[in-house]
Amino acid sequence: MMPDLGPYATYVTLAYVVSLGLLAALVALSVWQGKRVKRQLAEAEARRKNG
Amino acid sequence: MSIWEYANPRRFMAFTDRWMPWLFGLAGIAMVVGLVWGFFFTPDDFRQGSTVKIIYLHVPSAMMAINAWIMMLVASLVWLIRRHHVSALAAKAAAPIGVTMTLIALATGAIWGQPMWGTWWAWDPRLTSFLILFLFYVGYVALWAAIEDPDTAADLTSVLCLVGSVFALLSRYAVNFWNQGLHQGATLSLDKEENIADVFWFPLLVSIAGFVLLFVALVFYRTRTEIRARRLHALELRERMA
Repeated sequence: MMPDLGPYATYVTLAYVVSLGLLAALVALSVWQGKRVKRQLAEAEARRKNG
Repeated sequence: MSIWEYANPRRFMAFTDRWMPWLFGLAGIAMVVGLVWGFFFTPDDFRQGSTVKIIYLHVPSAMMAINAWIMMLVASLVWLIRRHHVSALAAKAAAPIGVTMTLIALATGAIWGQPMWGTWWAWDPRLTSFLILFLFYVGYVALWAAIEDPDTAADLTSVLCLVGSVFALLSRYAVNFWNQGLHQGATLSLDKEENIADVFWFPLLVSIAGFVLLFVALVFYRTRTEIRARRLHALELRERMA
């Protein structure tokens, strides 16, 4: 299944690993921040309602 | 219906809540199809060998690095002129995505450059302007983090964005302006003589579509986070003053 990348296999593989790793990190960080802020806001709204 | 309706945070949240899952889904499909097609089912280039497969990451990320800054510029201008908070927060939300896209473009460019040019880096006009664009992105993110008052931060980062736009444009047109250096001209030339072969072009278009959709989906998601963070900040201030 893996194509024959010839003498440039290391470069091509490295480019894909680095890029997909950075994209995955960006998405993961965005989701983590989003969930954290959403939870903190829900807590603050609850405190405000309870008085 | 006017676009200014979405300057209302509630309207923006309702609109993005409806469209975001579709955008993430389409982005995922387009990226998987474009990258798998490009990596597994395209031939080697007669000059560049298998390194041509890096094009499916390098070109879309470089395009998005520049276009993200242009989007931030438009959002910053809307903030400066009309004082809509959502636009300032959208610019803030887009910056880390731009940082990542610029970093991917620089990294894949260096990895592609080593076997093709014999060097990881050269002080070529396009490479240098891209590096400066990356530093502007980092400075923009740092400025938002350094200023506590959100409106002051939005004002100052908007001015920084205006200044940095020079380098966003230079990154795009550096090859044309200086006509020197190692980097080639635009890959997506409309000139048939200079355009890349269809066998590389079609998966590249799908990959670009995936990167664009991912950018829009992430801007929506991160702007929603920024709107919530702003509300949280206001509630915490009220709590402290009570």
